[in-house]
Amino acid sequence: MQKELSLVYICFFAALTAALGLMPKFDIAFLGGVPITAQTLGIMLAGAMLGPWRGSLSIALLLLLVAVGLPLLAGGRGGIAVFYGPSGGFLVGWIFGAMVTGFIMQLTKGWNLMLGTAFAAIIGGIGVVYLFGIPYLALKANLTMWQAFTGSLVYIPGDLVKVVASVAIVQTVARGMPSAILTRAQA
Amino acid sequence: MISIYFEGNSWAHRMNARLKLGILFILSTATIVFDGMLFPLFLLAISLGAYTSLGPRGVQAMKAAGPLLPVLAIIIVFHWVLGSLGLGVTVAIRMLSMVLLANFISITTNMDAMMLAVEPLFYPLRALGLSSRKMSLAVALVIRFVPVLLSVYSSLQEAYWARTGKRNSWRLIAPFLLHALAMATKVAEAIYARGGVDGYRHRLKG
Repeated sequence: MQKELSLVYICFFAALTAALGLMPKFDIAFLGGVPITAQTLGIMLAGAMLGPWRGSLSIALLLLLVAVGLPLLAGGRGGIAVFYGPSGGFLVGWIFGAMVTGFIMQLTKGWNLMLGTAFAAIIGGIGVVYLFGIPYLALKANLTMWQAFTGSLVYIPGDLVKVVASVAIVQTVARGMPSAILTRAQA
Repeated sequence: MISIYFEGNSWAHRMNARLKLGILFILSTATIVFDGMLFPLFLLAISLGAYTSLGPRGVQAMKAAGPLLPVLAIIIVFHWVLGSLGLGVTVAIRMLSMVLLANFISITTNMDAMMLAVEPLFYPLRALGLSSRKMSLAVALVIRFVPVLLSVYSSLQEAYWARTGKRNSWRLIAPFLLHALAMATKVAEAIYARGGVDGYRHRLKG
């Protein structure tokens, strides 16, 4: 049944990432009530739980559906237009972000689960995503890299909240349903 | 599942999806070559004309670019502060017109036609075992999962509201995921019971 589980999990995390963006927004009190969408949490979770290949496939599948016209991004955005907007690079970065998150989860198998998840989510879910997003933003908006970087800094606190959330979630799932953490499954 | 596509029989609806995507690709490449103010203005005129040609509903559809406006305003202000207002305006118009054009294709091409148009891109993946059968199953599963997940979440939310008087909390995400993962496992079992991702015939052979 491994094939079926793989396929269903890939679809599941694609749908989860979409659902996280369509859910009511979370108000994080200590960020001064700036509402953040949870969509990039899906990137971290897909990578951390499914591993590099299945994780990145699930995000690629989501973006394919967005490209063909389904409004699955936060705020009900969709269509090819989103890739032409200023945040198009971030979207493409999601695929590689999930991939790197998954790789790091596998490399840190010997570590404590929470520490490994936090490390993987920061490098993959934030670092790699910005690595793609900032050059694209700089190119599209005719800014220097540094300007595009400082402009994107507003989102970092929200992203760090999502790292904390992903650590808490992966930890809870590891207790409640350890078989779902494919990156740490006992082979 | 709602799509941003809208029904119609205009010239744009009748146009071949691959041709539309091809034109979009050529125009977006051309913005790199013609980096002055004129080309973006020309693109903006084309996109406004295209939307208007669809009638009042087409004009309405331009609202899709609304969320982009604050970002464009920030970019213009940014360039203004740096003393290059003209460049800022050019960049903003270029981005706005490309987003409008891309959106125009999405609203005039239904999902099936779009999937068919991009299908050849996946042929190389066949060597890795990605059949069109698996691809369609995956697409159908995602489309079905999204509303199911949202309804699972909203029932958890209702229970939380009853207990605490608060509408939403990040605390709900972990139990939500456990619920939903259990459901996903059952879906996998059900697909397996019905012949698996490759179908019965495949299993009998193996």
